[in-house]
Formats: sequence, C-alpha cells, structure tokens
Amino acid sequence: MASTDTTAKDGTDLAGLEAGLDALDAVTTTRTPLRETLLRKVLPPITAVALVLAVWQLLVWLEVAPSYKLPSPGAVWEEVRTAWLQGTLLDYIWTSVSRGLLGFLFALAIGTPLGLIVARVRFVRAAIGPILSGLQSLPSVAWVPPAVIWLGLNDSMMFAVILLGAVPSIANGLVAGIDQIPPLFLRAGRTLGATGLKGARHIVMPAALPGYLAGLKQGWAFSWRSLMAAEIIASSPDLGVGLGQLLENGRNNASMSQVFLAILLILLVGIAIDLLIFSPLERRVLLSRGLLVKS
Amino acid sequence: MATTIAKAAEGGTATAHAARIEHVSKSFAGPAGQQLVLDDITLDVAPGEFVTLLGASGCGKSTLLNLVAGLDKPSAGSISTDGRPALMFQEHALFPWLTAGKNIELALKLRGVPKAERRGRAEELLELVRLHGAYGKRVHELSGGMRQRVALARALAQDSKLLLMDEPFAALDAITRDVLHDELTRIWRETGLSVLFVTHNVREAVRLAQRVVLLSSRPGRIAREWTVGIAHPRRIEDSAVAELSVEITEELRGEIRRHGQH
Ligand SMILES: Nc1ncnc2c1ncn2[C@@H]1O[C@H](COP(=O)(O)OP(=O)(O)OP(=O)(O)O)[C@@H](O)[C@H]1O
Ligand SMILES: [Mg+2]
Repeated sequence: MASTDTTAKDGTDLAGLEAGLDALDAVTTTRTPLRETLLRKVLPPITAVALVLAVWQLLVWLEVAPSYKLPSPGAVWEEVRTAWLQGTLLDYIWTSVSRGLLGFLFALAIGTPLGLIVARVRFVRAAIGPILSGLQSLPSVAWVPPAVIWLGLNDSMMFAVILLGAVPSIANGLVAGIDQIPPLFLRAGRTLGATGLKGARHIVMPAALPGYLAGLKQGWAFSWRSLMAAEIIASSPDLGVGLGQLLENGRNNASMSQVFLAILLILLVGIAIDLLIFSPLERRVLLSRGLLVKS
Repeated sequence: MATTIAKAAEGGTATAHAARIEHVSKSFAGPAGQQLVLDDITLDVAPGEFVTLLGASGCGKSTLLNLVAGLDKPSAGSISTDGRPALMFQEHALFPWLTAGKNIELALKLRGVPKAERRGRAEELLELVRLHGAYGKRVHELSGGMRQRVALARALAQDSKLLLMDEPFAALDAITRDVLHDELTRIWRETGLSVLFVTHNVREAVRLAQRVVLLSSRPGRIAREWTVGIAHPRRIEDSAVAELSVEITEELRGEIRRHGQH
C-alpha cells in the first residue's frame, strides 16, 4: 500500500500532466471581423442583383419586347412607390405572410408528431411511410380544386392547401433525421435511462434536429408555394388581396408592371423568411455541434 | 443464494455481488445459420471489485458487456446486477447537442436528481475527472482524452454500483491513456465502485485490475483467470506488471494459435 505522501505527490504530478495535455489539445476559436463578413457575404449578392438589373434595363433599351410584355425596372419601381404611398404594399405582403406563417405553424403541429410516429412505430411506417414520401412529389396546386369544392372560397381552404403541401415535407424531414441518428446515441440514452417518451424528448428529438430543420425549411418553401397557387386560382373579394391575388389582378388588368411587382414580392418574401428564420437557426444548430466549419 | 439474486435484480442493497453472470450463451443469426458468439459464461463481480475482461478482437467482449448492460438479451442463462449498471463505450458517446456539463446533468436528471442540485453535482463530477473549466464546452471543442473523461463523469453521474467499460481508452495515445488509467484507479478506490473493464490490451488489463479474465474466441468461453496482487499505485512500466503481462500474453497467443490448427 502506498503512503498518503506518495499519493499526494502522484496526484499533483498527474494534474500537471493532464493540464499540459489539455492545453495542447485545446481548440481556439476566433471571430471574423465585421468588415470581412460584409465583404464576403453581402457584396456578392448585391453584385448579382445589380447585374440582373443592368441586363434587364439593357433589354428594355434594346426593345427586345414591347413594354406591355417587358416593363422597365423604372415602371416596376413606380408600381412599388404607388402601392407604398397608397399604403397597400404592406397589406398585400402581410395578408399572404400571415396566412403562410399561420398555415406553416399548423403544419408544424401536425407534421412533427406524425413524423415521430412514422419513424418509431413500424406498423405505421409500413402503412403510410410510402404515401407520405409520395405526397411530397405531388404538386400542391393539385389540391386547390378539391379544397375549393370541399371548403369553399375562404381562409380554411387556403390553410388546407398549405397543410397538404407542408405536412409531408415536415414529417419526412423528421423521419429522415431520426433514421440518421447514430445507434450509439440511442444505446447511450438507454443506459442512462432515457426510454419511451423521455427518450424521444432527450435523445431522439435533439439528435434528429438537423434533419428536422431541413424538413422545416422545405416545409416552409412548400407552404409558400401552395399558398401562392391557392391565392392565384381562388380569388374572391372577401378573401382580401394577398400577393397571389395581386399577380392575378395584374394579369386581368393587363398591367405587366404589377405582375412583375407581385412576382418580385413573392420571391423576396420567400428569401427573407429563409434568410431571417431558417438559415440562422440551421447554422446555429450545426455550428454548436461542430458539424459546420466556420468560413 | 438464488433468492438473494432475485432481490438484487430488483435493486436490493446489500448483496454479495455487483454482477452475476450465470451460464450465459449468446448466438446471432449469421449467413451460415446461428453463430454461437458466447458459450456458457459464468462470472461474478464482487462489490468494489475491479475485473478486466481480456480477449482477442471479435471474441464477444462487447457482446457480453451489452448483455450485462441490458441492451440485449442472452440466448441462454441469466444475468443479474445490483441496480442498473453504467456503461462507457469505446467511443465517447457524448451528446453533441449538449455541453459537457449538460451531458452530465442529463444523466442526473434521468436518475431523478432535483434540478437545484444538478449543476453543483455536475461541477463536482467534472472536478473529479479534473476538468473544472469544461462545464460550458461543446463536445467537439474537447480533445479525445477530455471527451473520455467527460464520458467517465457522465457514467459516474448515474451513481450505479457497477461501471461497465468497453475499451474506453483504446483510441487514445499512450500518455493520455496512462493518465486516464491513473484517474480511473483513483476514482475506483475513492468511490468503491465495481468495475468490469473490457480490453484487448494485456498490459492495460494487468495495470488496472484485481482480477483478469481471459476469454477464448469463437465461441467466447472463459479460458483462464488471474488474480493480480500487485500493490497500488501501479505503473504500466512496472516490472511486476510486465511479468504478469508476459505470462498472460503467452496464454492469449496459445488461444489464438489453437484456431489456426483447425
Ligand atoms: N448484432 C450482431 N449480429 C450478428 N453478429 C454479431 C452482432 N454483434 C456481434 N456479432 C458478432 O459477434 C462476434 C463478437 O463481436 P463483439 O463485438 O462482441 O467482439 P469484441 O470482442 O467486442 O471485439 P473487439 O475487440 O473488436 O471490439 C463478432 O464475430 C461479430 O461479428
Ligand atoms: Mg468490442
């Protein structure tokens, strides 16, 4: 048996050795300065947009198409200005965005438990798994006519179309995320006592988060697309003017600049939601797990 | 004896063993029918005992450990343990979505430790594996050796009477591994845990254990046992460790050679 003396000495030796090993292994992280971020992240898209505008203006100058087919950037800008001055611009956007986000939240509330059950219950998976993936490739515009017949021309018909478009994406994303969980995590969870619901909450859901987020992102894209399809096809005075109706109205009024405005806004909203909500969320999750190299 | 075993399985306190493995066999469905991996293994781990399980690669060590951990069921025989054992894997198996500290706290939470006490307990456990500063670190920010120490702390957080370890240090460099051997020995002696430690490294087995159990391959059977009487603190380069290692290696070689003959 060792005397307490040698144990103590051994202890400090060991602590010193460990401190050295840890120091050698330590990872140092640095932040990139703001100017560099601006240069590398903001400049390229701005350049691209400027280039598109330049080419567009050039085509207008060269008169490749009459102005009722190809409005100038200036005319579209004028459209933006009038809508803004009339105070209707934000209304158009908000009508669609609020519908889209609300529908997306419904889809989230349904798609998440559905995905969890499909992934974890073998019978359910065999029963509806293939249908769920098949639904993903069905263009959601196909749901508009039946939804109108079943529900009439109202908001619930819009939500129904969004749900049918987004729920399969969200559920499938979660299923894929769960399927890709390394079995080691599940076994480690089980030895810690995380089984059943506890396992779902503490192990399965967080482990599947990257795949789930990818599904959400796609789910949003599908929600937005389905909503636009619904708004274009099913316009009615009581529904309020969203971006889809704006587009359809532009066509009816033979106002190409309004059509362009609507397309531009639909595109911008899609990009903005992705850039403001989903991309930062996904980035944070991946970074915190060391799955993304800071660039 | 049989009655005490049944009690132990229900989580009884004073028992004569931390784990009791009786006539356990395990076979898997393979391409050529049932493949017998473990054959009639009988092994007891006494409370506070440190046993290493030694065997060639593929002889069924991990399979046996999984059975003891309850992750799989034996094809025959029975296993009883004093409460649910903690298991440390060959890979660290820490959850990357949690910090080092939160990984430990999850183990505490799942064991029912009240929220107010968790943070303090987690810090204590990190202290025990000498990683005071690591509480808020993400798994990918830790080195291999630090990860295994956090994994050890998380296993200890389960407060099990039996700690199962499946080649936990195999992927580490020699110096780090040596440091962790010291840590493990210190913690084992301080806590009075029972440890069943799997390895294919003979010196590591002798360096750590009170008892070394050699498994033969295909099927895995208990070939021989040695009691290690060398006093602590031991070092991997001690001549006594080396001597016994030579003897055990010779035996292990013999076991492997037998397979070449048929
Ligand atoms: N789930 C399984 N299905 C089929 N065969 C398996 C399964 N798990 C293990 N085996 C087989 O059992 C044998 C023992 O595997 P095991 O992982 O227990 O070996 P080991 O002693 O831990 O090896 P190592 O030292 O390489 O980790 C191997 O031949 C392996 O192919
Ligand atoms: Mg193994």
